[in-house]
Amino acid sequence: MQFALMIYHTPEEFAMRKNDYSDPHLGAWRAYYKALVEAGVYVGANALEAPETGTTVRLKEGKRRVQDGPYAETKEQLAGFIILELPSIDAALEWAARCPGASIGAVEVRPLAPEAMRRGFTG
Amino acid sequence: MNKGSQEDIQSAVGRTIERVARESYGRLVAYLSVHTHDLASAEDALSEALVSALKAWPRDGLPQNPEAWLLTTARHSLIDVIRHQRVVLASEPTLALLKENSPEANLSTEFPDERLKLLFVCAHPAIDPAMHTPLMLQTVLGLDAGRIAHAFLVPPKTMGQRLFRAKTKIRDGGIQFEIPQERDLPERLDAVLEAIYAAFGISWDDMFGIDPRGRDLAEEAIWLARVLLQLMPSEAEVQGLLALMLHSEARRSARRALDGRYVPLSEQDPKQWSLPLIEEAERHLADAFKRGRSGRFQLEAAIQSVHSERAHTDRTDWAAIALFYEQLVRISPALGTRVGYAAAVAEAEGPEAGLAVLDPIAPDAVSHYQPYWAVRAHLLQRLGKKREAADAYDRAIGLAEDPAVREFLLQKRG
Repeated sequence: MQFALMIYHTPEEFAMRKNDYSDPHLGAWRAYYKALVEAGVYVGANALEAPETGTTVRLKEGKRRVQDGPYAETKEQLAGFIILELPSIDAALEWAARCPGASIGAVEVRPLAPEAMRRGFTG
Repeated sequence: MNKGSQEDIQSAVGRTIERVARESYGRLVAYLSVHTHDLASAEDALSEALVSALKAWPRDGLPQNPEAWLLTTARHSLIDVIRHQRVVLASEPTLALLKENSPEANLSTEFPDERLKLLFVCAHPAIDPAMHTPLMLQTVLGLDAGRIAHAFLVPPKTMGQRLFRAKTKIRDGGIQFEIPQERDLPERLDAVLEAIYAAFGISWDDMFGIDPRGRDLAEEAIWLARVLLQLMPSEAEVQGLLALMLHSEARRSARRALDGRYVPLSEQDPKQWSLPLIEEAERHLADAFKRGRSGRFQLEAAIQSVHSERAHTDRTDWAAIALFYEQLVRISPALGTRVGYAAAVAEAEGPEAGLAVLDPIAPDAVSHYQPYWAVRAHLLQRLGKKREAADAYDRAIGLAEDPAVREFLLQKRG
């Protein structure tokens, strides 16, 4: 089954990430991805730009509401995600503990819901 | 009575309860469950008794024998629980046993220590091996499910459910509270030792920035081993396990520099090792050897003992360590042992010899195993194979959990 590792960063960490050359965690991330690929569990991943680059849209009573910034104002914001193919949640938690994001900020692990996705596409 | 002395009494009572709970928890749970096989009810009854103690003791003064007070109180609530369950057929004999077995008069003196039976139940072959250690930590030491969950990287609710299921199986599954018979004893004892060692969590010492993966339960593991030794004073492997853990524990503070940096064993300053712990470990190991029955834990302790020698001799006898590993691989060819053997051979005979031990290990077996990559990287680096070494370092870094170890390996990778 597939799991999403969602990586949460503080504003300071986002600021550091802007410049590749000053990010002290780059080597750790690179090695982590390599270990995921070599272990045959990697499905996909991507990083997100800082939360202030986000725009939140919702329709309330037929009216558009557009808000600058992320959906919720919290100290730690979603910074990226990794999708892994693993046999169990226990294995997913092991990989989450090894993720550099776990010691920098936090990593949330959630199973993907492919059934919900499929129903959405096919009715 | 003024407020100050009231607080003094409260805190004195609090300390006493804490001490009694720490020292007597397992004895009380074992005694309360040995006939009913119902660990969950015994624990509930004991925690109710501890709550009652918090109310009654400051009011009435400390009882003469706090342990007996807790036992009496817990036993009453346990009898209530069993009555309440109304499983009349099953529980009438149990009730009779609970009442008979320890007449109130005897309680103020002694009650039998049934913890050994409890330890064997926790590590029973019918129980999922992954639950042996959590069960021991909870029923013998009284650790809460949350703390155990963190150590084992499991959500607290899940750990609570798994513990509950295991206890239900112990209650209903016909698992006997008994000391195994002679012919089963070595295997059954091994399961108990394994479970205690799993709480300790460091599979072998950190020679090359190996992920220590400390479970933060080292003290608890040592406590369990001491309890076991008290109950089985003539088992060589019990002493071997205790010696092994004490040697490793002696180096705890030396593993980190003042700035939090990770310090591998080879770079540790022996002056920072705890000599009293090393001496105690040596006493246990010498005792164990005298019994003339070798075993896995004695061999592992012997390896740590050679490392500890550096405190006196200023050098490490790698040939001796390699020899102990060779024997260890023969009786317990676990992945960690083979990697440790490779590291020792490399130090004694050179990096090529070490790699020759690593090479036959199947790639599938090591795709998640950090120590293999850390040792491999180190040996390739010593051979000047820069590209291959960097690749292996990346694997070790990517599999590392401890940020300090990760940083150490990143530095070495260069």
